[in-house]
Amino acid sequence: MTQSATQKVKITNRLGLHARPAMLLAETAQRFGSDVTVQRTDQDAGVDAKSIMQIMMLAATAGTELIIAASGNDADAAVQELAALVKAGFDEA
Amino acid sequence: MKLTEIVVQKAIAPSLEVTTRDEAITALIDLLVKAGEVSEDDRDSFVKAVVKRENRGSTGFGNGVAVPHLKQASVTKVIAAVANITNGVDFNALDGNPVYSIFLLMSPEDQPELHLEAMEAVFGSLSQDTFRRFLRQASTVKEVVTLLKDADSQQLSA
Repeated sequence: MTQSATQKVKITNRLGLHARPAMLLAETAQRFGSDVTVQRTDQDAGVDAKSIMQIMMLAATAGTELIIAASGNDADAAVQELAALVKAGFDEA
Repeated sequence: MKLTEIVVQKAIAPSLEVTTRDEAITALIDLLVKAGEVSEDDRDSFVKAVVKRENRGSTGFGNGVAVPHLKQASVTKVIAAVANITNGVDFNALDGNPVYSIFLLMSPEDQPELHLEAMEAVFGSLSQDTFRRFLRQASTVKEVVTLLKDADSQQLSA
């Protein structure tokens, strides 16, 4: 059954969404079959959460608000897991 | 942030002859040293730091491009060196393919927002097929600079 889910999160780690966390986000998103997007709340369109290049284009600094959205069979789980990553600051300082 | 502001014109190598990732990194840093943007004294430690960063996780993000980078206290603004590797080089890339174009980026240590803005500029262009193809085809410094200028004025379509 197709689900859709969204969640708003805020980047908390000091360095923002640089290469390492961007890669972690993309790799995690790739584990899900659902289509997943990440969008800055101050922008009109989201990017593919499975593409590290597109995530880097968000230039999301600490404090930036993002909306994670997914649709597909495992959308709920995908959004939950990705939101948890962001909230944990990608385990960075 | 504009690519032409970041990329040091004297640190563009349109056809670099190297056979390994570490040689490529060394050559790119040497370009910045020769251009006067990086101190000769920092050369070895910068090479080591970039290699160490690559070993933790490749910045060969796929599609034949790599963006090795480093945040350094002694760097005061974001600078980049650009090189094409004619025969490609193994960068342990995410998609397993050789890397043909490299942007080596150095940013000041305590300004993460500057680093992210620079990455946004670099990936905004590198994520476009057209830009990657034109970059790889560029055989002179002038061609690379023209391409960067075009990208800055967003004349390239995706």
